[in-house]
Amino acid sequence: MSDSEQTAESEAAATPHQAAESAESATERTGRGPVDDPILRVENLVKHFGGITAVDGANFQVERGSITGLIGPNGAGKSTTFNCITGVYDPNDGAVVFDGTDITGRDPHWVANQGLVRTFQIARELPEMTVLENMMLAPKNQLGESLWRSVVPIARREVVDQEEQLRERAWEMLEFFEIDHLAGEYAGNLSGGQRKLLELARALLTDPEMLLLDEPMAGVNPSLEKKLLSHVHELQERGYTFLLVEHDMDVIMNHCEHVIVMHQGTVLAEGDPADIKSNEEVIEAYLGGEI
Amino acid sequence: MSGSSKLDGENAGNSLNPLEETDLPQWASDLVLIAGIVVATYAMFAIIGLLTGVGLNETVGFMRLVTFFAAVYALVVLALNLHWGYTGMFNIGVAGFMAVGVYTMAFLTASPDGSPAGLGLPIPIGVVGGMIAAGLVGLVAALPALRVRADYFAIVTLGLSEIIRLALLSGSLRSVEVGDTEYGTGGGSGISYTPVDSVIPWLLERPIIGFAGDQLFALGDMVGIESSIIQSGLYTGVLLLFVVAFYLFLTRIAYSPFGRVLKAIREDELAARSLGKNTDRVKITVFVVGCALMGLAGILWMGSQSRVNPDSFMPIVTFYIFVALIVGGSGSNTGSIVGAFVFAAFLWQGPRFIRSIVRANVDVRAPQTIYDAGVELAAGDPLPLLGYVIGTLDELRFVLVGVVLIVLMIWKPDGLLGHRKELAAATDLSRRPTATDGGDTDE
Repeated sequence: MSDSEQTAESEAAATPHQAAESAESATERTGRGPVDDPILRVENLVKHFGGITAVDGANFQVERGSITGLIGPNGAGKSTTFNCITGVYDPNDGAVVFDGTDITGRDPHWVANQGLVRTFQIARELPEMTVLENMMLAPKNQLGESLWRSVVPIARREVVDQEEQLRERAWEMLEFFEIDHLAGEYAGNLSGGQRKLLELARALLTDPEMLLLDEPMAGVNPSLEKKLLSHVHELQERGYTFLLVEHDMDVIMNHCEHVIVMHQGTVLAEGDPADIKSNEEVIEAYLGGEI
Repeated sequence: MSGSSKLDGENAGNSLNPLEETDLPQWASDLVLIAGIVVATYAMFAIIGLLTGVGLNETVGFMRLVTFFAAVYALVVLALNLHWGYTGMFNIGVAGFMAVGVYTMAFLTASPDGSPAGLGLPIPIGVVGGMIAAGLVGLVAALPALRVRADYFAIVTLGLSEIIRLALLSGSLRSVEVGDTEYGTGGGSGISYTPVDSVIPWLLERPIIGFAGDQLFALGDMVGIESSIIQSGLYTGVLLLFVVAFYLFLTRIAYSPFGRVLKAIREDELAARSLGKNTDRVKITVFVVGCALMGLAGILWMGSQSRVNPDSFMPIVTFYIFVALIVGGSGSNTGSIVGAFVFAAFLWQGPRFIRSIVRANVDVRAPQTIYDAGVELAAGDPLPLLGYVIGTLDELRFVLVGVVLIVLMIWKPDGLLGHRKELAAATDLSRRPTATDGGDTDE
């Protein structure tokens, strides 16, 4: 890869990289009916574990540039669906199509390199690496990830140059999430909420198109939650797409444009938050009859 | 410890102003650290040796031996640190990969007329061939083994290492007739071959090196050091060059994006995969490279011998290498070298030095059993007990190693240098874009 390409790529992450129009159309969308411009399509997804069917023919689409919520009672198959989408599990049946590419059953790293990056329910920071090291790990197509380039003297010069560019991006991202004061700290020493921020910041450095956030607000205090949500909205304006699993109904109802409800491995209902709130079936299955 | 880490633990929050840091770069302070430990230890041995009447030749010979073991241990420990310290791959089959390297080298260089016969190729080809063979066996082991979880991976490597040793020992591979020549492993008696350290006399016949060598021998003669010690000292010097080469190679890996992926695999492989890192490819690469280095280290270790047999590759060898790595602090190349040196000087050779001191000063005889020694002690004569301890010192070292490990696990579980922050990046990460004054790096 030439230097100019590399620069172009790193700029793409720092600045809005999607056309603003897609974000606009997403916010104006009513959320009813078929999705106009799906970035992610999950079709008849099935996953068994022994005799248990965790996901039983789940079908849904995620609109490009939207913040979509995935809810459902415990055991509804949300996390399994996430794991099937991101390649952690190999689904038994069905298809996952991301941005026109079939990613069904591909390896997690391959999926991530397509621009579909996830975070975890319990943050998976790399505890004995510093926050900055965690960040520097993320960017794609690092020259120095090949052994010989890191070792051979002349080739290493390019690696060092790229490292300097990446370092700049890493610091910018840390500043954006206001955790730059923790840069030199071991990630394992961070609080739960800070780890969530770190994980999101780290995921963003991979230049994703779409982020899958598994319970991003779990264990996060209200003020940090507010901050996280404002980051999510800011990033949406830059063109990123979000799919989040969340149990906090306030977050789902106030911040998602589209909500998908899973129950017993299938999609029970989907629509905009107001519809979901008044959907009898959903109330029955999930919201416990009344809210 | 070195004080050069810019992001030291306790003041990480406010030490991110790199322009105020004026101390040495990491590699320089590491060099000072290693040199300091080595020089202090040698000075101590020299002073104690000369004061207690051990004699110059024995003291120098002892230090030569310490250096030799420190060097060979450093080579293997550095290779193991790549597997375990950086990548978290629990390889407890180190001895097996060393065996593959040494046996391949022996087979390639052994005389075609020998029994068992070899190919009679030059030593450099044997060395490179040994490395490649160890790497290939590593590849064969890695492909299925990396599919299993960490602890099962350890069992696979241990099993493989024992399979290799037992295969070398087995009667059916002892001698295989190909054409009219008897090839094979030689079973328990092994293969004899050209020792690697025969490069030293060869080098001493070259014009410039030979001249320098003559001066060295003359100097040794003047001070009163035997030429055999100098001769083997020269081979130890070659080993030290290899240690430096290993260290530079592995440090480059450590301070690079590749090294960052290795650390990420150690910390949380799924997280690394979810960030788009092809961890399988990286793990296989690292495993093969590490095994090749282990093969080379084995060749150099056995380099002063002209015969190799399977007894040199018992699982206990792997255990010692792990002890040295744990003492130094896994995850740090500098720690690996310090650990290898401390292990060689204090745990491995140190007790033998004490024996020399005792023998130089007291005329002790060793009683048959510790009971006899106890009886004599009760009778008021402590010397037989001392004699017993000296006589069984090689066995008592096992106890010493165990005690040191226990103490270390309690007081310093990370090893001597394991707590350091060695940031895996090819550039100084603490330099913030806003505070930067241009693109200088500390590569």
